[in-house]
Amino acid sequence: MAIDSWRQPRRLFLLAIGGLTVFFLMVPTLVVVPMSVTSSNALTFPPEGFSTRWYEKMLTDRQWSTGFINSAQTALLAALLATVLGTLAAIGTARGRFPGRSAVNALILSPLIVPVIIIAIGMFSVFVRWKIAGSMVGLVMAHTALAVPFVVVNVTTSLRTMDRNLELAAQSLGAGPVRTFRRITLPLIMPGMLAGGLFAFITSWDEVVVAIFLTSARFRTLPVEMWEQVRQVVDPTVAAVSTTLLAVTTTLLLLAFVARRQGPAR
Amino acid sequence: MPPDRQGRPALVLRGLQKLFGDVAAVDGVDLEVRQGEFVTLLGPSGSGKTTTLRMIAGFTGQTAGTIEIDGVDMSHVPPHRRDVGMIFQNYALFPHMTAAQNIAFPLEMRRAKRSEITRRVAEALALVKLDAFGHRFPRQLSGGQQQRIAFARAVVFHPQLLLMDEPLGALDKKLREALQLEVMHISRQLGATVIYVTHDQEEALVMSDRIAIFSRGRIEQLGRGEDLYDRPVSLFVADFIGESNILRGRFERDGGGGWLVRDDARWRVSAAQVERAALGSGSAAALVIRPERLRMVGPDETGATAGTNTIQASVRDALYLGSTRKYELTMMDGRAARVRRQLGGGEREWQPGDRVGLVWAVDDAVLVSDPQG
Repeated sequence: MAIDSWRQPRRLFLLAIGGLTVFFLMVPTLVVVPMSVTSSNALTFPPEGFSTRWYEKMLTDRQWSTGFINSAQTALLAALLATVLGTLAAIGTARGRFPGRSAVNALILSPLIVPVIIIAIGMFSVFVRWKIAGSMVGLVMAHTALAVPFVVVNVTTSLRTMDRNLELAAQSLGAGPVRTFRRITLPLIMPGMLAGGLFAFITSWDEVVVAIFLTSARFRTLPVEMWEQVRQVVDPTVAAVSTTLLAVTTTLLLLAFVARRQGPAR
Repeated sequence: MPPDRQGRPALVLRGLQKLFGDVAAVDGVDLEVRQGEFVTLLGPSGSGKTTTLRMIAGFTGQTAGTIEIDGVDMSHVPPHRRDVGMIFQNYALFPHMTAAQNIAFPLEMRRAKRSEITRRVAEALALVKLDAFGHRFPRQLSGGQQQRIAFARAVVFHPQLLLMDEPLGALDKKLREALQLEVMHISRQLGATVIYVTHDQEEALVMSDRIAIFSRGRIEQLGRGEDLYDRPVSLFVADFIGESNILRGRFERDGGGGWLVRDDARWRVSAAQVERAALGSGSAAALVIRPERLRMVGPDETGATAGTNTIQASVRDALYLGSTRKYELTMMDGRAARVRRQLGGGEREWQPGDRVGLVWAVDDAVLVSDPQG
């Protein structure tokens, strides 16, 4: 009892701090949700009235829907590429023994640390020369590079928690390296690959800095479209798009979280 | 033991060596195992027994030496073509497959027919008495059940060799003892040749036809349990297998037999022991006497008839262990000794503080060289 009485205020204090932190982190993001259902023509907070017309506009406006499709395609391709390449890289660096292994690992993970603007400028100058700036090919390549670290980190974790004896057991039972990988390793690192793939998708899905450099008037992704629109007309459609973007990202993040919890370590 | 069917050994290791950097984990192991034999590699951790097993399985390449399985040189054959069943301490069941799928795995790898797989999986499940558990996933099974499934998986394809790496190490004592007998019986029933790794000497004694005692990457002694217990070739083996009393001193030859001399005491060593140990006169040596081979007599009865030795001691503890009584004693020179006597034979029992003479028959003490002497 005596302990509780001095503990209680402390706990309340902690709760308050935590609550405030979450509040300040979340509110600026969530503020777009009410803003998207305003009936007024201006992007204002608090919203006036209720209307779904900005969602209608988002769906019917060609610029928005094209941006949406471009973003989805780019993110899907980048996520697929990043998952395949990242998984191979994770296996190589986690299992392989070769000189400069940690250097290779650092290089693969460097997009996590290098400022995105630097990557964007670098890629832009190279891609222009290769004539793939302003096209989906270029952006998919760039986003793949940005997304690979997420796959590598997730798959490496799966590989580390996986019992090496399982692969040895499979070999002793008559499975060669290929069948051991397909029947044992792959199913067991699948949750990590899935989580990594989802993170990769999200990375590309809401990426704007590199995309601004590597898109053009003919090929624009959703975040770039938003950027352009916000600079020109401040129209609540942006809030509707933001809300949609947010919903997709949140859903995928939750899925990634679930995938990671289905780890092989049981 | 089944007869030597093909007339050739199931496994031959010759000069097997494994270096990790400059360190020899396995340093020249020679071993020949008969068909259907149960051989245990026993030793403390780091003695090279597990590395030897992993080289037999093909998981680790040897630095030097050869591995022959059923007359075929497997030294450089990858593990999946060695036809060797392996059982791990942590079971290593595939967590994403049911017990039945786990057992079917080696058969699928050998491209067996579906109907045959079904039949043999059912047989294997019956063999380990888990008929009703085929549809369960490993995480839904207890440790003992998991190891039974792992056992079924390792024998279902009738491998040339069955390798087990401390398979019962993670189980509690009671279950371990039950499974020791089960593994032993099923292995015999299948006529399987087994190489079993453990650091538990009791387990080794219970299960094995022969035991190879490992020390510092070498086989210190290879033989049946009785050989190792009654005729250890070194202090290490004597110390590792069972309990022993060790008297250190200097060996002196005297006719056919000899003496172990320490300070002003000396104990007779039988001619057979002298011949076996092949020690030079004056070399550092030790006598090994098992606790149950020591008799206790009153301090005044010398008990020293021809063919026995005596040493004076006092009882420190008299421990009641059910069927036996264990005495912890202090010898006159301050060193510890222990004696184990069967109870219920009408023999006199001693109390702490009693002064006694410890008597042993000359033939019951084993003479070994003393590397620290």
